[in-house]
Amino acid sequence: MTGIVKAPKDFWTGVIYLAIGGAALWIGADYRMGSASRMGAGYFPKVLAVVLIFLGLVSIGRGFTTSGEPVGSISWRPTMLVLLACALFGFLLPTMGLLVALLALCLISASASTKFAFDWKATLGLLLLITFCALVFVKGLGVPMPLVGRWIEPYVLPWLPWLG
Amino acid sequence: MDVFTNLLMGLQVAASLTNLWWCLVGVFLGTAIGVLPGLGPAATIAMLLPVTVGLPPVSALIMLAGIFYGAQYGGSTTAILVNLPGETSSVVTALDGYKMARQGKAGRALATAAIASFFAGTVCTLLIALFAPPLAEVALKFGPAEYFSLMVLGLVASIVLANGSILHALGMIVLGLLFGLVGTDVNSGAQRYTFGLPELADGVGFVIVAMGMFGVGEIIANLETENSRDVGISKVTGLMPTREDWGRMVAPILRGTAIGSVLGILPGGGAALSSFASYALEKKAGRNGHLLGTGAIEGVAGPEAANNAGAQMSFIPMLTLGIPSNPVMALMIGAMVIQGIQPGPAIITEQPALFWGLIASMWIGNLMLLILNLPLVGLWVKMISVPYHLLYPMILVFCAIGVFSLSNTTFDVYLMVVFGFLGYVFKKLDCEPAPMLLGFILGPMMEEFLRRALLIANGDPSVFVTRPISAAMLALALGLLVLVLLPAFAKTRGEAFKEG
Repeated sequence: MTGIVKAPKDFWTGVIYLAIGGAALWIGADYRMGSASRMGAGYFPKVLAVVLIFLGLVSIGRGFTTSGEPVGSISWRPTMLVLLACALFGFLLPTMGLLVALLALCLISASASTKFAFDWKATLGLLLLITFCALVFVKGLGVPMPLVGRWIEPYVLPWLPWLG
Repeated sequence: MDVFTNLLMGLQVAASLTNLWWCLVGVFLGTAIGVLPGLGPAATIAMLLPVTVGLPPVSALIMLAGIFYGAQYGGSTTAILVNLPGETSSVVTALDGYKMARQGKAGRALATAAIASFFAGTVCTLLIALFAPPLAEVALKFGPAEYFSLMVLGLVASIVLANGSILHALGMIVLGLLFGLVGTDVNSGAQRYTFGLPELADGVGFVIVAMGMFGVGEIIANLETENSRDVGISKVTGLMPTREDWGRMVAPILRGTAIGSVLGILPGGGAALSSFASYALEKKAGRNGHLLGTGAIEGVAGPEAANNAGAQMSFIPMLTLGIPSNPVMALMIGAMVIQGIQPGPAIITEQPALFWGLIASMWIGNLMLLILNLPLVGLWVKMISVPYHLLYPMILVFCAIGVFSLSNTTFDVYLMVVFGFLGYVFKKLDCEPAPMLLGFILGPMMEEFLRRALLIANGDPSVFVTRPISAAMLALALGLLVLVLLPAFAKTRGEAFKEG
């Protein structure tokens, strides 16, 4: 990539603008255009998409002509772990329940840090946080999050009915 | 009715026991979250917004305003004590504030910041009470063409004031406008960019975008530089400024308040520009200008007053026009919409209790900050010293639960993940998220006003330049754009952001 591209940040920004603008134009191709006085659903999005494509092209052009800093390496490990932790929370919340979902969110996201370690302080903090969330959000504010999800409900609730 | 009877009515609303309580809770929570390194006011408000959803509208807005002041002040505290400014407006405070802290004057720097903020807040509350109603009268005469041009001006101004490449900022705005169109088209009922997903029919919630880009994306970026973080917290001793300090802070506070009040009204303006301008002024014109950068109290007092004044004045375009001039105001508008209130010129006459109550609560909020924060400074120091690797999982927890609770669907959590990734990527590419969020909020409004303006004018686009107010705003926008593209100005702008 190096050599021809002298300003990678401009270049890649341009690529993203171009891609999103192109996608917006392509997906929005069927939206009714209408006329300027009676705009259809497709009028404004198409104008914006074209502008974005134009800006993308200019930015790519700048990537070749001006010089700029490198993008720097993407740190995949923290990125993936943090994103995975959040997504998993979304998946586990209805299936396994808030308690498990929070546990997964905290542990997986925390492992993205280089300073991640188990000690009694962190463990205690984690338990306190989960209890706090269960009490404040579910019991206090009434956010409809199941403490125990539908997958494990039949096995857990008979033993611990106060979690239901 | 004159301003003071109105303010008095507002005070009665704001000083009811329930509202005082929510204001206090807001200020406390706002400071507590805002003081955490790496969380600016926008992220703080986005995180705490779900908490306010269940409250009645007046209380919810008063609490949000409290959160906003708290977050602003919390950011300055962090900037002074650990040199980790959470947002651009406290970058300037960190310059001299942190040096003061290093010289053992942390307490005095914090007190100065609080006093400067309180003074600026008091003045601006009065200014808003005086100027918002007449401005709203003018705004009532605005047609769709004027509104459209005003939004163009606001978006252009936000580019000028954004840090970094203008081209990138322009692109981010257009991107935001496009994202804002996702959902059902209000006119034709057509589904746009929903991929057939019913969850997207109402569009993407702005809180999701804000939490993704400012919360999750920011965390990933912070994790990258985790090891180079220097968290040496200065000891806080001696809160009371000395007699000499008082003498030195008066003039900068007055100048800072004046600068902030003027710059804050500009669409796209607000806190960041005001504090930079104030710092530059103190350096050039202040009696102790040569001392700035070495831990001078003027460098804290001036910018802090300016930053608070600018932040507060940005309520004027929000309340009178319904136009956000920065992401924080965009979040406030979003919160109002959730409460079923459409911000705009009609709000003053239709909901006087809400409007004047909010204004009175601004002053009460500032007063609470002053009374609350100095004694609680020990607690804030404890909050700052929580190591980041223990802190960020908690932030994620609150983001995830907050996003879920908005409409009780896990789909929103997945969306937040997507915007978190985008936020990180854009951060790597030096693209600021703020213009995008502005575009995102304004997208649907702009389309609607463009549509109406052209419908009335039978498709003739000259309507935007033949109506004088609209033409003036477009000319101003064009002028600004030309100005930033001129090489000479681009250089000064670059320097202004690197000042100090």
